[in-house]
Amino acid sequence: MKRGDRLMVPEAEFRSYYGRPVLKRPVWKVPDVPAYLYLGGLAGASSTMALCADLTGRRRLARSGRLAAAVGATASVGALIHDLGRPARFLNMLRVLKPTSPLSVGSWILAPFSALSGAGAASEITGRLPALGRAAATTAGVIAPAMTTYTAVLLADTAVPGWHAAYRELPFLFAGSAVSSAGAVGMLAAPAESGPARRMAVAGAALEFAAGRSMHQRTGLVGEVYRQGRAGAAWRAARVLTGLGAGAALFAGRSRPAVIVSGLCLTAGAVATRYAIFEAGRASVSDPRYTVVPQRDRLDARR
Amino acid sequence: MDSNRLSGPLADPAGEAGYPSDHPDRVGFFTDTSVCIGCKACEVACKEWNLLPEDGLDLTGMSYDNTGALGATTWRHVAFVEQHGSTGSTVDLGMPGMGEDQVRWLMSSDVCKHCTHAACLDVCPTGALIRTEYGTVLVQDDVCNGCGYCVPACPYGVIDIRPDTGGAAKCTMCQDRLGAGLMPACATACPTESIQYGPLDELRDRAGQRVAELHDQGITEARLYGHDPADGVGGDGAFFLLLDEPEVYGLPPDPVVTTRDLPSMWRHAAGAALTAAAVIVGCFVGGKR
Repeated sequence: MKRGDRLMVPEAEFRSYYGRPVLKRPVWKVPDVPAYLYLGGLAGASSTMALCADLTGRRRLARSGRLAAAVGATASVGALIHDLGRPARFLNMLRVLKPTSPLSVGSWILAPFSALSGAGAASEITGRLPALGRAAATTAGVIAPAMTTYTAVLLADTAVPGWHAAYRELPFLFAGSAVSSAGAVGMLAAPAESGPARRMAVAGAALEFAAGRSMHQRTGLVGEVYRQGRAGAAWRAARVLTGLGAGAALFAGRSRPAVIVSGLCLTAGAVATRYAIFEAGRASVSDPRYTVVPQRDRLDARR
Repeated sequence: MDSNRLSGPLADPAGEAGYPSDHPDRVGFFTDTSVCIGCKACEVACKEWNLLPEDGLDLTGMSYDNTGALGATTWRHVAFVEQHGSTGSTVDLGMPGMGEDQVRWLMSSDVCKHCTHAACLDVCPTGALIRTEYGTVLVQDDVCNGCGYCVPACPYGVIDIRPDTGGAAKCTMCQDRLGAGLMPACATACPTESIQYGPLDELRDRAGQRVAELHDQGITEARLYGHDPADGVGGDGAFFLLLDEPEVYGLPPDPVVTTRDLPSMWRHAAGAALTAAAVIVGCFVGGKR
């Protein structure tokens, strides 16, 4: 290049087509999809919490868990439908079952789960058909753990570098976040029986932190997207909120204000976590560096 | 699930998809960018034949390429790569020279790759994306739910959602022309035969010969891209002869069908789900109210 010539693109250590993205940005909307991720996780872990509470004779916690599961699952379906545009499209998701499509598998988890947890909650509220309601809630509680992690596969099974590179850790991160979210709701709704919910809040947060740490260490260059910009800010906010919430849950005991602070912090933290992950994926697509550099390194290593 | 159905070489995608053994040969595109003159006849012919709307008349400001990228209504995209300095040679097309300060123009018509293992097809939850009898990948407009899952799944960034219809759209390899024994519109319109259409095996032979010919002429930077059935997508139904690294043209250097890792993803998800269940149960065991 001669002196005085103007660079068409900023000089970079990798080459690309005028700095344009290689991949297409996900068309999924905010807040629809982050909300869908949070609500699905909350519903799943709440349902299993309700089942355990029921079996150990904690009626109020069981009731709160069943209601949270039904509300979470229904709202999750609502968020998905809003993203799709119209209700018929959710039903159309069920026209086939495709094991290679996490969205198809997920729809087949979400649809029966939301129906069963809805039935369980309806029976809980009305007091009608208690045996059937309990059977529905129990079945929901058994399939519920799948609700907490399938969405991680949904994101990871894409070419989006920030999501695909983290496919081993994302399910554990989502599982941990879901458990602490459900713990938060249990603490808020059933203070008298909140012992297990408090332990869930703490244990879930610990699992989430451990998975997040491992994700950072393993994802290399692509992991940058979780530390920078909007995604980085949301991620840091999520760490602080979840840490505060878990700390408060650990020492809350029966203190009502501490329980409320903890529950709200954990909920906000879980929402922020989902948003951060969603946004990090979008950021990793917008900059061709995250597509080209790891692939180029892989290719050069093979040569 | 046979691993070969998710990744790796696969001789007959149409047969694997369930078409009887008398299905037509797998067809494809071989785009030889060394003879592309950037005339955009392919872009225009594609839009004309497939009734695709214009994408707006905004200038990108980055080069003479004002289309920018493939998209839901751009199924052929001609990249214009402007390189300064001695960055290699081109086939002499008799274009006016630029003196001592060499400017090299690389032009390349990009298109959907019609992958042997197509991530868009794999992740589609409704079965709207199908493998055709010709081994190509097609969106069935009436089945598509517009969920957009195929969009981030494509390792080449090809498929997108059309705002006007809400459905996913990309190159069909002119499925409607193939049935009538015609070539795709882009290949028909290409004046330099940069876009070649035909049975994939034949195109691969022809491409091999062309690379050897260019290497003999001293154009050592000539290389094929997407031709290898052992690559991350099982080889492309549309492959290219390039004169520089793929990323220079906006192509990923080593794309992989994301579904290759799906069994491992489901295993991790199952492990995490069991962990969640164990943690919740553990929180109820032995504790106080």
